[in-house]
Amino acid sequence: MAKAPAKSAQTTSPDKLPNTPTASKEDLLRFYREMVLIRRFEERAGQLYGMGLIGGFCHLYIGQEAVAVGVQESVKQGHDKIITGYRDHGHMLAAGMDPKEVMAELTGRSGGSSKGKGGSMHMFDVPTGFYGGHGIVGAQVALGTGLAFAGKYRGDDSVAFVYFGDGASNQGQVYESFNMAQLWKLPAIYIIENNQYAMGTSIERSSSTTELYQRGASFGIPGEQVDGMDVLAVRDATARAVKRAREGGGPFILEVKTYRYRGHSMSDPAKYRTKEEVDEVKKTRDPIDHLKMLLSAANATEDELKAIDTEIKAIVAEAVQFAQESPEPDPSELYTDVYVEA
Amino acid sequence: MTDILMPALSPTMEEGTLTKWHIKAGDTVSAGQVIAEIETDKATMEVEAVDEGEVLEILVAEGSENVKVNTPIARLAGEDGAAAPAPKAESDKAQADAPKATAEGKTGDPEKAPAQTSTPKVELRDPEIPADTKLVKTTVRDALRDAMAEEMRRDDRVFLIGEEVAQYQGAYKVSRDLLQEFGDQRVVDTPITEHGFAGLGVGAAMSGLKPIVEFMTFNFAMQAIDHIINSAAKTLYMSGGQIRAPIVFRGPNGAASRVGAQHSQDYSAWYAQVPGLKVVAPYDAADAKGLLKAAIRDPNPVVFLEHEMMYGLEFDVPDVEDYVLPIGKAKVRREGKDVTITAHSRMVGFALQAAEKLAEEGIECEVVDLRTLRPLDTDTIVESVKKTSRLVSAEEGWGPMGVGAEVVARVIEHAFDYLDAPPLRVHQEDVPLPYAANLEVLSLPGVDKIVAAVKQVTA
Repeated sequence: MAKAPAKSAQTTSPDKLPNTPTASKEDLLRFYREMVLIRRFEERAGQLYGMGLIGGFCHLYIGQEAVAVGVQESVKQGHDKIITGYRDHGHMLAAGMDPKEVMAELTGRSGGSSKGKGGSMHMFDVPTGFYGGHGIVGAQVALGTGLAFAGKYRGDDSVAFVYFGDGASNQGQVYESFNMAQLWKLPAIYIIENNQYAMGTSIERSSSTTELYQRGASFGIPGEQVDGMDVLAVRDATARAVKRAREGGGPFILEVKTYRYRGHSMSDPAKYRTKEEVDEVKKTRDPIDHLKMLLSAANATEDELKAIDTEIKAIVAEAVQFAQESPEPDPSELYTDVYVEA
Repeated sequence: MTDILMPALSPTMEEGTLTKWHIKAGDTVSAGQVIAEIETDKATMEVEAVDEGEVLEILVAEGSENVKVNTPIARLAGEDGAAAPAPKAESDKAQADAPKATAEGKTGDPEKAPAQTSTPKVELRDPEIPADTKLVKTTVRDALRDAMAEEMRRDDRVFLIGEEVAQYQGAYKVSRDLLQEFGDQRVVDTPITEHGFAGLGVGAAMSGLKPIVEFMTFNFAMQAIDHIINSAAKTLYMSGGQIRAPIVFRGPNGAASRVGAQHSQDYSAWYAQVPGLKVVAPYDAADAKGLLKAAIRDPNPVVFLEHEMMYGLEFDVPDVEDYVLPIGKAKVRREGKDVTITAHSRMVGFALQAAEKLAEEGIECEVVDLRTLRPLDTDTIVESVKKTSRLVSAEEGWGPMGVGAEVVARVIEHAFDYLDAPPLRVHQEDVPLPYAANLEVLSLPGVDKIVAAVKQVTA
C-alpha cells in the first residue's frame, strides 16, 4: 500500500458502472457498523488468544475490513457462494454469520459454528453461502471454481466469490482453476487480497510479477486493481465484475490492495517489515478512518457513530461471554460427523 | 477496573520479557492502541489495548523478565461502565479458565475419550437375486459404464468429469457412449489438470452436485490427493456436519503391464487410512457395477479403485432393474476349511486360481474378497479365520503399513486364540516397479506367491 499507488487498470474492459464512488449516509453507516464489528471482534480474539482461550493458529483481519465489507454488497445472500482461506473471520462476519458462533468456534466450544471441531480456519455456514474457511493455501481457489461450476451447471445466475491472498497467487492450482474458469466461462470472482506479505515474505521477494490483477492475462481473464482501504472502491469494482459474471461474461480478477496490521498469525516475529511502515499505513490509509471522513462529509454525527460503537461493543462482549461460557464439545462428539449416515 | 494480562504469543509460550511500556499511569488508552512490547526467545510482539480507559497503574515494570502468561501487568479504569463488559469479573474468569482449557486441550484424558461408537449394526447383505435371473456376460469396463449411465439417468446432479472422458470416450473406454447420451454439460472433458479438476469437483459436491471424477489412473491422482483428503474427506468433520462432499473419485489403480514405476502404484493403503473416505476396490463386473452405483449414491466421498488389467475381462452380471451392493461388506468367493486368503481387486482372481491349485493338493482355501477397504468388513474376515485358523493376505501394493498389515492386526486382535500359525502377507516386492519384463514379474505378487504362502502357513 505504502509503495504502490492503487491503479484502476484493466486488461480488458468490463461493462462499466458510473465510476464516481457515492453512497448514502445510511449505506455508509452500515459499512461503518460492519467494519467496526470486524475490528473490535478481532481485537478481542487477539486478547482471548493471549489469555490462552484460543489455541493453535489465529490469523486476524485487522486492516483489511473494507475488502470483505465492500465485496459483500454484491453478494445475494443464500444464492451466491463465498469461500476463502485461513484469514477468514472478517469474511464470515461480513457474510452475516453470528459473532457468537464464530467466537465460540475460536475457543473450541460446542456453541461454535463447527461445534468446536474446526477452529479458526474451518468454519462454514450454508444459509449465508459461506463455504469456508480452508487451511491449505490456494485450495479454496479450485474449490471456489467448483462452486462456480455448480452454479453454471444448475443454470442459476449465482456467482462464487473466491478470496485468496498474494501468497496463494503463486500456487499452481490457482492457474489450473483460472484456465478452467475461463474455458467454461464460470461465474467466479477471484478476489486477491494483496496485503503485501505472504507470512513474512513480501510480494517483491516472492513474485516475479507483482501486478496480480494481470495474473489472468494469459488465460484471457480480465482484472482490475482496487484500493482495498476504500470500501466504496471495493464495492463498485466488485459490482462491475459481478454484473458481468451474472450475464455470462465469465471470471474476473480483482486485486485488492490492502494491508494487515497484525502479524501473519499470533506468533509473528515482526522482523520482515518496519514498525514505521505499519504505523504509516495505520496513520494515513486506515479504512475505518477513511470511512469516517466520508461519513463526516455525509453529515453523520459523532453521536450516530458513538451509538454504533456502543452497540458493537455490546455485541462483541456478548460473543466473548458466549465463547467462554459455551461448554467444550461433549466427548461423544469425537466420533460424530466423520461420515454422513446414508 | 480492568486488568491487562501478560499475553501469550503462541500456544506454547509460558513466560516472556516485558521489554517496553508505551503508556504510563494517568494516560488514556483507546482500543487498538499499542501499549507495550513483549519478547520471547522466538518473537517480539506489540500488545494492543482491547479495552478503553485511563491507566490506573503499571503493575509490572518494563524490562521485567520471565513474566508468566496471564499475570496482570497493568490496570485500567473503565471509560464508561455501561459499555465495558463487566471487566473485572471477566478477567478473573478468563484467568481461571485459561489454564484449565490449556491443560485439557493438550493432554486430553484418554480415559475420557469415548470408544468409537459402534454404530448399531445394520446387517449388510447383497440383494437377493431370484434364481431364474438372467446372467449377462459383461466386461468390467461396460459394467462400470452401465453403473454410471444408470445413475446419471436417475439423478441429474450426477456428472462425469475428467481427462478424455467425453469425445475420446474414455482413455480406457470406460465412458463409452456417455457423451452421446448425456451431452457435454454432464460429461466434461478437462484439461490435464488433476489438482485443479479434483478441487473443482469437491467444490461442486459441497454445493450439492454429485460429481464422478475420473482419474486416467490413480497414479495421477497423487497430484490431487490434497483435495481428496484435506478438502473432501475432512470437511464434514471440520464443519460440524454442515458441509457434505458426495463425490466419487474413480479410475484404474495399481500396476498395468510394463508401464514403469510412476504408472504402476497401488494406492489402496493410502486412501484406506483416511477417516471420512470410503474406499472400494471391486474384483468382478457384477461388483464393479453394484458397488459403483452404491458409491455414486453415497453421501460421502468414495475412492473407487479399478484395475486396468480387469477392464476387458467378462463376468456374469445379474440382469436386474437396479443392482446396488452394500459398501462395507466383504464376500466369501470360495469356501474352505484350511486357510483364509483375503484379497481385493485383481488379486482376488489370483487367490481363486491359487485355491484351485491347492485344492488339487488337498488344501481347502477360503477366499475372502474384501471389496471395500474402508470400512473394512472385520466380521467376515474374523469369522473365516475362526473357521480356518490360518490367514494369508494378498495385495498388489507394497507390504509395509499395507492392507495386509491391517488385516493381520485385526485378526490378531479379534481371533488370536484361533490362530494355528503366524499369518503371512503376500504383496509387491519392496521396490519401485521395474520395467524389464522379468523383473516386473519378480516384483508383482501372483498365484505362485500365494500358493507358497499358503503352504507355509499350513505346513
